[in-house]
Amino acid sequence: MMDILRAVQDRNRWISPESLEVIAERTGLTRIQVEGVASFYSFFSLTPKGRVTIRLCDDIIDRFAGMEEVAAALEEALGIRMGETSRDGAFSLDRTPCIGLCDQAPAAMINDVVVTNLTPDRARSIAAALRAGTPPEEVALPGCGGLTPAERVQRMVAGNVRHAGASLLGPVPAEAGLRKALEMTPAQIIDTVEASGLRGCGGAGFVTGRKWRFAAAEPADRRFVICNADEGEPGTFKDRVLLVERPHLLIEGMTIAARAVGAAEGILYLRGEYAFLRDHLQVVIDDRRAKGQLGQGIGGVPGFDFDLRIQMGAGAYICGEEGALISSCEGLPGEPKTRPPFPVNRGYLGFPTVVNNVETFCHAARILDRGAAWFHAMGTEGSHGTKLFSVSGDCLNPGVYELPYGLELAELLRLVGGEDAAAVLVGGPSGTMVDRANFHRRLTFDDLATGGAVIVFSPRRNLLEIVEYYLSFFVHESCGYCTPCRVGNVFLQQAIGKFRRGLANPEDVEYLRDLSQTIIETSRCGLGQTSPRPVLTTLDNFPLIYSAVIKPSSDRVRASFDVQSAIDTARKLAKRRSYIFDRDFGE
Amino acid sequence: MSEPAFHITIDGVQIAARPGQTIMEAADEAGIYIPRLCDHEGLRHQGSCRVCTVKAGGRSVSACTQPAAPGLVVENETPHMVKLRRDLVEMLFHEGNHLCPICEASGNCELQAMAYRLGLTAPSRFPFLQPTRPLDASHPDIALDTNRCITCGRCIRASQDVDHKGVFGYVGRGIHRRVAVNGPDLAHTDAAITDHAISAEVCPVGCIIRKRVGFRIPIGEREFDAALIGEEIEEHRDD
Ligand SMILES: Cc1cc2nc3c(=O)[nH]c(=O)nc-3n(C[C@H](O)[C@H](O)[C@H](O)COP(=O)(O)O)c2cc1C
Ligand code: SF4
Ligand code: SF4
Ligand code: SF4
Ligand code: FES
Ligand code: FES
Repeated sequence: MMDILRAVQDRNRWISPESLEVIAERTGLTRIQVEGVASFYSFFSLTPKGRVTIRLCDDIIDRFAGMEEVAAALEEALGIRMGETSRDGAFSLDRTPCIGLCDQAPAAMINDVVVTNLTPDRARSIAAALRAGTPPEEVALPGCGGLTPAERVQRMVAGNVRHAGASLLGPVPAEAGLRKALEMTPAQIIDTVEASGLRGCGGAGFVTGRKWRFAAAEPADRRFVICNADEGEPGTFKDRVLLVERPHLLIEGMTIAARAVGAAEGILYLRGEYAFLRDHLQVVIDDRRAKGQLGQGIGGVPGFDFDLRIQMGAGAYICGEEGALISSCEGLPGEPKTRPPFPVNRGYLGFPTVVNNVETFCHAARILDRGAAWFHAMGTEGSHGTKLFSVSGDCLNPGVYELPYGLELAELLRLVGGEDAAAVLVGGPSGTMVDRANFHRRLTFDDLATGGAVIVFSPRRNLLEIVEYYLSFFVHESCGYCTPCRVGNVFLQQAIGKFRRGLANPEDVEYLRDLSQTIIETSRCGLGQTSPRPVLTTLDNFPLIYSAVIKPSSDRVRASFDVQSAIDTARKLAKRRSYIFDRDFGE
Repeated sequence: MSEPAFHITIDGVQIAARPGQTIMEAADEAGIYIPRLCDHEGLRHQGSCRVCTVKAGGRSVSACTQPAAPGLVVENETPHMVKLRRDLVEMLFHEGNHLCPICEASGNCELQAMAYRLGLTAPSRFPFLQPTRPLDASHPDIALDTNRCITCGRCIRASQDVDHKGVFGYVGRGIHRRVAVNGPDLAHTDAAITDHAISAEVCPVGCIIRKRVGFRIPIGEREFDAALIGEEIEEHRDD
């Protein structure tokens, strides 16, 4: 279903009511089911889009890097505003959350390709080239026609590998892990991975060996291995670098997992924002198939069959959550599944499924080569091995750093040239906003956990603006399934808006905490269970940013009452402005 | 063959449960009411309203989907859980447009009844979102007014699983998620007044309106005018 909708969207630039009917008829679903999927994903549109759609990353990092000016230049050059499509159907301009190029912000997508380090001048020349009919690929990378897919992706975006560690980004001998795995029994593979101490690198940190063990133990006819390449947490882009630089290692790792749990089928779930990597990855898969590293009897081992396909996402952060990712692979809206049952017991199509992050599979392949003890010796107790950190924001050397777990945040800041940071967001918006007094804390699962995102903010930045942005991100990305996340996050965003406008009372701090607690305790999945964290961790670590803008309520005056927003609906309904509250009206 | 029973504890009361039962199903049998809005007898569990949130073994879970397990200790009507539920019910009120005094469902409405049960009387701290949602009166016998919809999905599941029709479905994401019909409007679907999905018991609020039967029972004599929601379950409690 995702593939059908994507094809229709690409061909017609929208999914029309007629297309809904046709797709429903051909797939045997109802029209409302098709509409439910099409209306869920940001990259499908139920209204006509331009032949070229430009999507600007609207993350706070990009705003701080000058995206507003770039947006204004594009609006002017194309003669349309954000969110609009030009009348001749040539262009659409949109905003989208983090597209995984935070180290080269401001960045944007043009259809399926990306452009980075934008300036207003560059934006104007891009607009001119597109207007002149230059295809987006040529605009993003002149002369790309003669390059292989691998060369294209390497030149289209900078790798920015700043520090190569022992496991992933240093020299990696080809197929060494898989070769050893072929000589081992599935149980030995699982024992090795478990003994290495490897924990999931996607954020949750579940012990990988144990996950594989559960999936292997569940009786079933079919099993699946899925790679989570949805990388949606704002500020995270390390999987992008692995997909570009280590695609063989990734698929080697997936193949090893398949052998360990007895899976014959796999899926690589690639976020829609990474469509520019698709051809490159497909070449790698085809190449491996040709070499007998995928397919039937892998490595000459009779009965060891494993193959995989790429599943494209379509603009939905929630599809990084493993249940939602499985739903999306099944052609459904990206809604998390009810747990239990867990994916290892009943996942994709109801079969036992291992879902792991890109980095996790890569480490697993290296562990098979170098041994559990080698990996276990790196890092700290409970957080073994190395980890990729994707660092962005106000620092001299944004990029990817592979370092052993256990480093102090301050040491990382020295490496990246971000010593004057006032605040660092570790783990993205679902993580922790750390103040200077806590820079001695360590990057481990037990202290400052992160799926990889480290975002540096200098003292010039307005933290409340950052918090407000991230709440709008969660509002935009909530799947809407459950009440607290769907509705509560809107309230939280509105409450922060009051602080931003200087309309908050002292009681409103308690309100923020209280509402946050309800959302965390009653939400159905990890999104709602962490969405209030930007509020809570700044309330804890930066209380002054709140108290500085609070107005105590004086007698009979509610500072929190905002007459302008109160009358706004009336204004819209009446289609006229107020004599009393709009000073310029009637003059 | 029924598997051996075990026990769980809800607010200090030990009750029997069977493998495969949810916490809520076990509680219902024992006459303990756990508040709910999206869960409905005869329909598959959805676990979306979160009003049934309990603490089980110290973790928050939805009682309508969480399997009962031997020895599980559940907190249900503690002040903390009631407070969380109050917040959730308020959120649902504020998400849509609810004006009980002029609503056809008043007195039969599970949302309103839940508010009473949870003691929601004080004015809320939450803002009103006041969405603009058009009324679909195209069908000769049925009208759909989603201004009061709490996206519980009961109509969707009833139509799909009981009527085998699929008249309703969700569209959109996040705060824009809403219930829509399988076609341009209700008249262009195969919805019929005899559908289970259309019957009075399925929609917990007043969205699905059977034309010409509205206001037949006067306010004051309706289901929840006489008894609190959940009392029909608590009646057969045996302690
Ligand atoms: C809202 C949400 C978004 C997530 N996004 C991602 C993601 O983009 N990539 C990822 O690998 N894991 C993501 N996760 C974690 C996955 O649910 C899952 O734990 C992970 O893919 C398991 O792989 P691992 O054990 O190798 O980390 C997300 C979780 C939540 C709740
Ligand atoms: S917490 Fe948010 S994202 Fe998760 S199921 Fe609920 S609404 Fe969807
Ligand atoms: S649906 Fe229920 S809560 Fe809403 S207005 Fe009607 S009676 Fe009140
Ligand atoms: S229309 Fe009624 S039954 Fe259907 S989702 Fe809305 S509130 Fe629930
Ligand atoms: S690409 Fe803009 S913040 Fe990640
Ligand atoms: S009744 Fe359990 S979540 Fe709605």
